[in-house]
Amino acid sequence: MTTSSSGSAVIDMENMDDTSGSSFEDMGEMHQRMKEEEEVTAEAAATEEDNGEYGEFLGMKGLKGQLGRQVADEVWQAGKRQASKAFNLYANIDILRPYFDVEPNQVRNRLVESLIPVRMINFPQKVAGELYGPMMLVFTMVAILLHGMKTSGTVIREGTLMGTAIGTCFGYWLGVSSFIYFLAYLCNAQITMLQMLSLLGYGLFGHCMVLFITYNVHFHSLFYILWLVIGGLSTLRMVAVLISRTVGQTPRLILCGTLAALHMLFLLYLHFAYHKMVEGILDTLEGPNIPPIQRVARDVPVVANAVVNATIKSIAAVVQSQ
Amino acid sequence: MSQFAGLSDISISEDILVEGDISVPVGSHNADNDFSTLDEPVKDTILRDLRAVGQKFVHVMYPKKSSALLRDWDLWGPLILCVTLALMLQGGSVDSEEEGRPQFAEVFVIIWFGSVIITLNSKLLGGTISFFQSLCVLGYCILPLTVAMIVCRIVLVGGSGLVSFVVRLIVVTASFSWSTFASTAFLADSQPPNRKALVVYPVFLFYFVIGWMILTFSPSQ
Repeated sequence: MTTSSSGSAVIDMENMDDTSGSSFEDMGEMHQRMKEEEEVTAEAAATEEDNGEYGEFLGMKGLKGQLGRQVADEVWQAGKRQASKAFNLYANIDILRPYFDVEPNQVRNRLVESLIPVRMINFPQKVAGELYGPMMLVFTMVAILLHGMKTSGTVIREGTLMGTAIGTCFGYWLGVSSFIYFLAYLCNAQITMLQMLSLLGYGLFGHCMVLFITYNVHFHSLFYILWLVIGGLSTLRMVAVLISRTVGQTPRLILCGTLAALHMLFLLYLHFAYHKMVEGILDTLEGPNIPPIQRVARDVPVVANAVVNATIKSIAAVVQSQ
Repeated sequence: MSQFAGLSDISISEDILVEGDISVPVGSHNADNDFSTLDEPVKDTILRDLRAVGQKFVHVMYPKKSSALLRDWDLWGPLILCVTLALMLQGGSVDSEEEGRPQFAEVFVIIWFGSVIITLNSKLLGGTISFFQSLCVLGYCILPLTVAMIVCRIVLVGGSGLVSFVVRLIVVTASFSWSTFASTAFLADSQPPNRKALVVYPVFLFYFVIGWMILTFSPSQ
């Protein structure tokens, strides 16, 4: 290769007559060489097997040929494209990304606010639409429930502890949210599903606190006080927000009454369901001989004996007098 | 015209050879790569994988800010650790008088679904780490808890009184905080700086639940 003008600013392409794959003639040569190689290998393969109908049938040496390989390549690429399109459409978690856009101090503030009922119910209160706090609270409640089930000695035969805990917590959060959202739709309340999920999720903060304390400190009176105070505060907060977004006395009553009842009763259920029960739920359904709650045996036989004795004495007295 | 004046000094020396190979790969490269690792004996493959897993174990026990765990992630280590932990935590038959000990499937599902949920959470919070890298990190950081399980088992052989409970509590608490610290050393770097606490909390909860399962494990008499 010679360079005629060493001082030129532009590289002269015409001086590069080195045909190392940069010209069209060379591509043609290369393809020709590849086809010849193929034919050689194809003939070698064809002589190995007696009936080479496979190769000669398509005229392009079938799947062993270059065209076959290219077709296979194309099919693979098309399949991959389809799969990634489907994946991006259905498994796109970016849909949920805006609901997780929170700062730690925001989460902390919302946790504290969930126990403070608002005073102003004349205009709609702002409800944050985020899912990070509620999800973390549901998982925390699952962990607390597991601890409670373990320390109370609950035996669940047909299920697992973990499955029951997760089912209870997520079922409550999603189920009651949907139900209240449906009621809100009937009562013309201005609340979206996301806001309802968020509201109820943060309302579980009070439940978590009460359960955490009372699963470790077993005093019934303490539980009742905490149930009224903390459960009541968190219910009042949710109820106030809903009232501020509904018009009319009857719809307000229906909506808020239902939510208050469900929320308070759930806390009651969680405390007593895993409170030193001997057998699990499914076991009591299957075994009618076993009483669901073991009672302490009172002194019934003594009383019964006394009654029976008195009855027999009176009957004997009556018989004797006749 | 004047802007090209400075370029007039450029020249190509004659001894730079311009050569190369422009060929269209039609999939033959993949075949070559496959043959190069398919031909080696099985022992080599297993030893190579074991060495990679062992190296990652060392990285977990001494968590520095290295990227070895993230760069070549693999799920062998988490699988080994998860199966070991689940086997050791397995309860007896269903009609044993011990109430509700975690079965193998329960522990397995908790670990894998917990890891998936934490990974999704960290991705949704704006993390730059990929799905499988995060699974790899969370799985490998179960190693301290597995070690704690072995220690608890040994301690329980000696008896299950108050002293053994205190010892087990200390061991499990130490290993659970080690796990959380190790995984945040790897995971928290991929998050925006003010949101680290949001990612650390579910990791803390996850290892807390596993640690609690280990602590409340009591073998059948």
